[in-house]
Amino acid sequence: MKILVCITHVPDTTSRIQFTDNNTKFDKTGVQFVIGPYDDYALARAVELRDQTGGKLTVLNVGEAETDPTLRKALAIGADEAIRINAYPKDSYFVAQQIARVAQEGAYDLILMGRESSDYNGGMVHGMVGEMMGLPSISPVMRLDIEGNTAKLSREIEGGKEELEVSLPLVAGCQEPIAEWKIPNMRGIMSARSKPLTVKEADAYDVHASIVSYALPPAKGAVKLFDKDQMEELVKLLKNEANVL
Amino acid sequence: MSVLIYIEHEEGVVKKSSLEAVSYGKSLAESLGTEALVVGLGSISPDEWTLVGHAGASKGYHVTDERLNAGIIQAHTAAVSEVFEHSGADVLVLAKSSLGDAVAARLSVKLQAALVSNVVSLPDLAEGFKVKRSIFTGKAFAITAVQTSKKILAIKKNILEIRQDATDIAVEEFTVSLVDRVFAAKITGTDKAEGEISLPEADIVVSGGRGMKGPENWGIIEDLAKALGAATGCSKPVSDLNWRPHHEHVGQTGIKVSPSLYVAVGISGAIQHLAGVNASKNILVINKDPEAPFFKAADYGIVGDAFEVLPKLTEAIKAIK
Ligand SMILES: Cc1cc2nc3c(=O)[nH]c(=O)nc-3n(C[C@H](O)[C@H](O)[C@H](O)COP(=O)(O)OP(=O)(O)OC[C@H]3O[C@@H](n4cnc5c(N)ncnc54)[C@H](O)[C@@H]3O)c2cc1C
Repeated sequence: MKILVCITHVPDTTSRIQFTDNNTKFDKTGVQFVIGPYDDYALARAVELRDQTGGKLTVLNVGEAETDPTLRKALAIGADEAIRINAYPKDSYFVAQQIARVAQEGAYDLILMGRESSDYNGGMVHGMVGEMMGLPSISPVMRLDIEGNTAKLSREIEGGKEELEVSLPLVAGCQEPIAEWKIPNMRGIMSARSKPLTVKEADAYDVHASIVSYALPPAKGAVKLFDKDQMEELVKLLKNEANVL
Repeated sequence: MSVLIYIEHEEGVVKKSSLEAVSYGKSLAESLGTEALVVGLGSISPDEWTLVGHAGASKGYHVTDERLNAGIIQAHTAAVSEVFEHSGADVLVLAKSSLGDAVAARLSVKLQAALVSNVVSLPDLAEGFKVKRSIFTGKAFAITAVQTSKKILAIKKNILEIRQDATDIAVEEFTVSLVDRVFAAKITGTDKAEGEISLPEADIVVSGGRGMKGPENWGIIEDLAKALGAATGCSKPVSDLNWRPHHEHVGQTGIKVSPSLYVAVGISGAIQHLAGVNASKNILVINKDPEAPFFKAADYGIVGDAFEVLPKLTEAIKAIK
């Protein structure tokens, strides 16, 4: 089986988010970049499936040279090869076009990624790739098993989940508990250095939307504190000040 | 030129978030000087359509095909796209949801329409079409300029009040042609908590963390939730430990909520948890540790042992209801 896992290169979830240049640029100062947490789940499941069924696992990122360490980390976790499309990921549509092209050329059976990136939270690239390729796209996927040419999946819905069956090839946006995050071991880190990382240029440049400026939410006021014997006072405020009761 | 709103329903009952989308669509239509139209798929009763009208829609396209009661992503994409083209709309509005997100993404390619998700307010039409959306899981916003003539906006929950217009909606039955291919993904089973208030839709959420010590102690969380008419949620370790089902997990890697009141009990307030709740209008934190980071993100706090505090709080709420 040939599996493609698309990974994002995003600020660590503990990062402080700030902007520069009059709120028009994301400030990378002091920010550590990681594989997107949802993509990390997709990758972990892909490693398990590759180990079960054999075949080849490719990781893909659309990004500039700064994302190479993130791709190397994915190789250390267990991917066999990496591809980087050398372009700034301008918007979701732009990224989806690059992925669809790689996926088409490589004739993958499974195209996996996180349900959304943890930076721009669009949650749309898997669906776009599915539509571009005329393939089913399922998201958010909590379980993925392969039996022959059929994928058996659970998809999270409001208040529960639904079970699905669909033939391969397939595009899926993944989330927990599809697999446990994998931490690279020493052998993985060593072997990652010699695994192939191919850089290709973008060949389609359409964008649908662009960011004009950023803003931060207003600062919170001070918390109003109570102890267990002041419940009436608190409830009064919830009713009359917060208007929630 | 008009605004089309794609609504979702739960066993025929139109979701609250979809009614919010209708009202958003109507307000947008007013500023564009046009009409708000609605597309609904599957079995929706006339009474429900009346509510859709009150939320602001003047016309409904009802695709009654019962196969569409199930949320099959490609089938919904095909149906909404056909209605969109027929209606001559150039903006599609929908509420963010598990199904809505998946359908919107495919529609964006099919209709060649820019999709902006996590939208938090009405567009700025002064110069082009600019929309404010939430990014970095609620830690920031981006003003996004849309470059395509057709547009899709997926709006966040609880960003506006549902309108109470006196609009009489004209509902037209609409037939779409669905090829077999769009039913390629077969739904073989559904596992859903019955009779619970849905977490993403809830106006009040009560969540418990590891401070609750074990699943056997959730009774006092549920009592408080019941007194408040709230849905229940939990932190990630709680669902990882299987104390609570995964669909209750709130945060960066779980459900993002934006209720009017979020109550966090025995949750420390790790940045990844806060990322899922920071869009809440009010936050009440109950924690025995006065240094718990959650208090910094809270509007109201109770410093104390949850096992003593919760029964008292529940009583006090019942007393004024
Ligand atoms: C990439 C990544 C993604 C993550 N995503 C999420 C996510 O989506 N959601 C999420 O929740 N976490 C997430 N986490 C985990 C997160 O970092 C924290 O570990 C987690 O939120 C802690 O859960 P908790 O607050 O329930 O437990 P703890 O941190 O153990 O806190 C328990 C709290 O309960 C209090 N307490 C104890 N006893 C009592 C009592 N009797 N009465 C009152 N208070 C009491 C304690 O003072 C403490 O503050 C993520 C982590 C990573 C690395």
